[in-house]
Amino acid sequence: MAENFFLDNPDLRFRIANAGLDEVIRMRERDFSETEEYPDAPDSVEDAKDNYDKVLAMVGEVCAELIAPRARDVDAAGCRLEDGKVFYAEGTRENLKNLQQAQLMGAMLPRRYGGLNFPVTVYTMMNEMVSRADGSLQNLFGLQDIAETINLFGSEDQKRRYLPRFASGEVDGAMALTEPEAGSDLQAVQLKAHYDAATNTWRLNGMKRFITNGCAQVLLVLARSEEGTKDGRGLSMFVCERCPGLLVRRIEDKLGIHGSPTCELQFNDVPAELVGERRRGLTRYVMSLMNGARVAISSQAVGIAEAAYREALDYARAREQFGTTIDKFPAVYEMLVRCKVNIAAARALLYETAKFVDLRDSYAELVAHTDREALPPGVRKKARMYSKIAAELTPLAKAFTTEMANEVAYIGIQIHGGTGFMRDFNAERFYRDVRITNIYEGTTQLQYVAAIGGTVQRVLDPLMDELSLLPYQGRLRRLASRVDVGRDRLREAIHSVTEHHRHDTEYFELVSRRLCEMEIIVFVSYLLLRDALKERPREVLAERYILDMMPVLDTHYAWINSGDFSLVDRHEEILAL
Amino acid sequence: MSLTILVFVKQVPDTKNITGEAMKADGTVNRAALPAIFNPEDLNALEMALELRERYGGMVAVGTMGPPTATAVLRHALYMGADQAFLLTDRKFAGADTLATSYTLAAGARKFAAEIAPFDLVFCGRQAIDGDTAQVGPQLAEKLALPQLTYVEEIQEVTAGRLRARCLIEGGYEIIECPAPSLLTVVSTANTPRPPGARRLMQFKKARTRSELAAAHRDRAYEEADLLIEEERRLRDKGLWIHEWHAEDLDVEPDRIGMAGSPTKVKAIESVVLAGREYKQFGTDQASINQLVHELIEAHILS
Repeated sequence: MAENFFLDNPDLRFRIANAGLDEVIRMRERDFSETEEYPDAPDSVEDAKDNYDKVLAMVGEVCAELIAPRARDVDAAGCRLEDGKVFYAEGTRENLKNLQQAQLMGAMLPRRYGGLNFPVTVYTMMNEMVSRADGSLQNLFGLQDIAETINLFGSEDQKRRYLPRFASGEVDGAMALTEPEAGSDLQAVQLKAHYDAATNTWRLNGMKRFITNGCAQVLLVLARSEEGTKDGRGLSMFVCERCPGLLVRRIEDKLGIHGSPTCELQFNDVPAELVGERRRGLTRYVMSLMNGARVAISSQAVGIAEAAYREALDYARAREQFGTTIDKFPAVYEMLVRCKVNIAAARALLYETAKFVDLRDSYAELVAHTDREALPPGVRKKARMYSKIAAELTPLAKAFTTEMANEVAYIGIQIHGGTGFMRDFNAERFYRDVRITNIYEGTTQLQYVAAIGGTVQRVLDPLMDELSLLPYQGRLRRLASRVDVGRDRLREAIHSVTEHHRHDTEYFELVSRRLCEMEIIVFVSYLLLRDALKERPREVLAERYILDMMPVLDTHYAWINSGDFSLVDRHEEILAL
Repeated sequence: MSLTILVFVKQVPDTKNITGEAMKADGTVNRAALPAIFNPEDLNALEMALELRERYGGMVAVGTMGPPTATAVLRHALYMGADQAFLLTDRKFAGADTLATSYTLAAGARKFAAEIAPFDLVFCGRQAIDGDTAQVGPQLAEKLALPQLTYVEEIQEVTAGRLRARCLIEGGYEIIECPAPSLLTVVSTANTPRPPGARRLMQFKKARTRSELAAAHRDRAYEEADLLIEEERRLRDKGLWIHEWHAEDLDVEPDRIGMAGSPTKVKAIESVVLAGREYKQFGTDQASINQLVHELIEAHILS
């Protein structure tokens, strides 16, 4: 049989088999009312799940057989800028053609615009496999959140004009947010939008930097529409098309993801349309777009980690030293096991996040399109709850998956030894490609800023309550009790910080990383225990993760409990030495 | 101009990825142990047909002869973009050599032309990876009285009644013009076959042959004849019908199909087992490599 990145991955198949999407499917499919109108629409939950399985298996084969073999050449060739025009590597062009032929460019869009109407969960799995095949291709395939943003906030007219072109692959997209002086702090965006009453259009003027695929046909642009404002409330979202006034001034020479062009853009009176309402560009639309992109980047990280781990494992099983293959040495198998367990743990968190994003989207859609009186009781409350949970899980997942993937790629080289340092092996490419994942769409440090509020407010507590009360027995029971103790320590640590140091913001910011990491450890431990109940052989994964990570949690606990302020007080002294 | 292109494809055991016992004790292929796949060069033929349809418009139909399970390759062809599919299946077709196979396929092609649409071109893969004969395409051309081009890599142009193609020959290629309708066999270097389309996959996974429909209704088929007719009409209306033709549906003579129509006689099959009896390991230093070369020369492997 042909190679297949879905069928060869039992962990990913476990995730789709246990994705918990039944309710989401019924809501997305409007109780299967589209079957007469669209021949590809499913007629039941089972039919929809079968569709996901079959399409994922198809994507798995495309990734393994077509995309992965081109990845080395794509990395070596990179992108070129000639006379203001960007050229992809040949392999990238072929990859995009294949993905377009496979009708995957509008995975989440409604069928009426030519999309597949798939949930975020399934799209995330596609992203993961694409990234395993070629980390840089995710930056192009994974831009579907742009169309999704137009679908969520654009006018009906805009949707009709743009979405079918995205879904068919006729146009590609870019989101132009970052500027030289506005990176992590997007409130500082300066690119100017002014309304030209004579032509009845908006015009954009200014610069954007580090724009992934900035050479795209359709761009979403964050711009300052309210003259004289300085903060995020003066920014609006615009959509524009590639045109002579929009120049690609340079493309960046990067450490990794060479297949994806990172552009510096100059806007000279570029005609644009407003998306949604004025002044809500950053506060609402970019936040939504960014959260979608964070899930996509998490899957990119997991995909690259999967590729790095597999090559390391193959190498360790083949490489002989001291008369035996090196995977037999404790120092080596410890690293391999660490990779395997952490990838499974990251996947558990990522797809739990995707599930709540799906629930949030489905409930938000229901609330938005139903009369207030007709809404069943409790729907609004659920919609709010899912929204909160998704907002908490998304940055936690981004932080965990991308840091994990960096470690796996690092270990991947280590296991290869000297050969891993050479370009002859893929290990070094994975290491370079993965390095951006914990930086863009918000650095890990900013993910903790986004997550700490929800951690302190115990947004995940209802989920943890439920998970801790599952009917564990024997070894699983003992492990669950250990996690319960960890959770108590987490609460105690939070209590200690919020009770005693509520007004010491600097200290609070300092410990938020530790608190968020504790939150991740506890939540992921519960998820792995739950998975072990569903599939017994997964008990070893839960056991390994919990026994390795509880001592880490305890260290954070001890550090916070020690009341150590010296870093806040004396960091300048240390740096001045 | 629009073209109707008929592509003949075959389901074959995957001889490239052998798992388990690939050969039976008598030296024949153990089909049960090998996964069944779409013959690779037939995918190239289908891709070429689909590209021509994109250029000139028209219709692409796929046909195959095989057991009912061969419907899998027809469905895959629909996922890739084929418009119509037909299965030639009958116990009487079993055991066919290339002569009986091409005879049966020709009858299928004529039925297609008579009942569905006259065709402008017939495509086949150069050869199948199970038999490696490369005979069926050329024989089919003879039976249909069509001019043939083999080893086609590229179709440069199709005009009314003519086409120009680049064909692979030893050490190079030739460009040939040929009247149409005609039959072409396609090589693997011609193109990269496209993946299935997700929307088509979700649509045509529900495509059925008559036997599959009957099997879904099991033994109740007789009592539920009305229901079956209704179901068949519904599937046909939605374009989800895979034509299934048996020997009695085709204009064929019983002694020219299947085993009876196959003059090929297998005299003997030799199961060649390559068993390394002993091996010798050499180091990677210069002295060891010199030693290796020396021994190879001694054994007259190198000279």
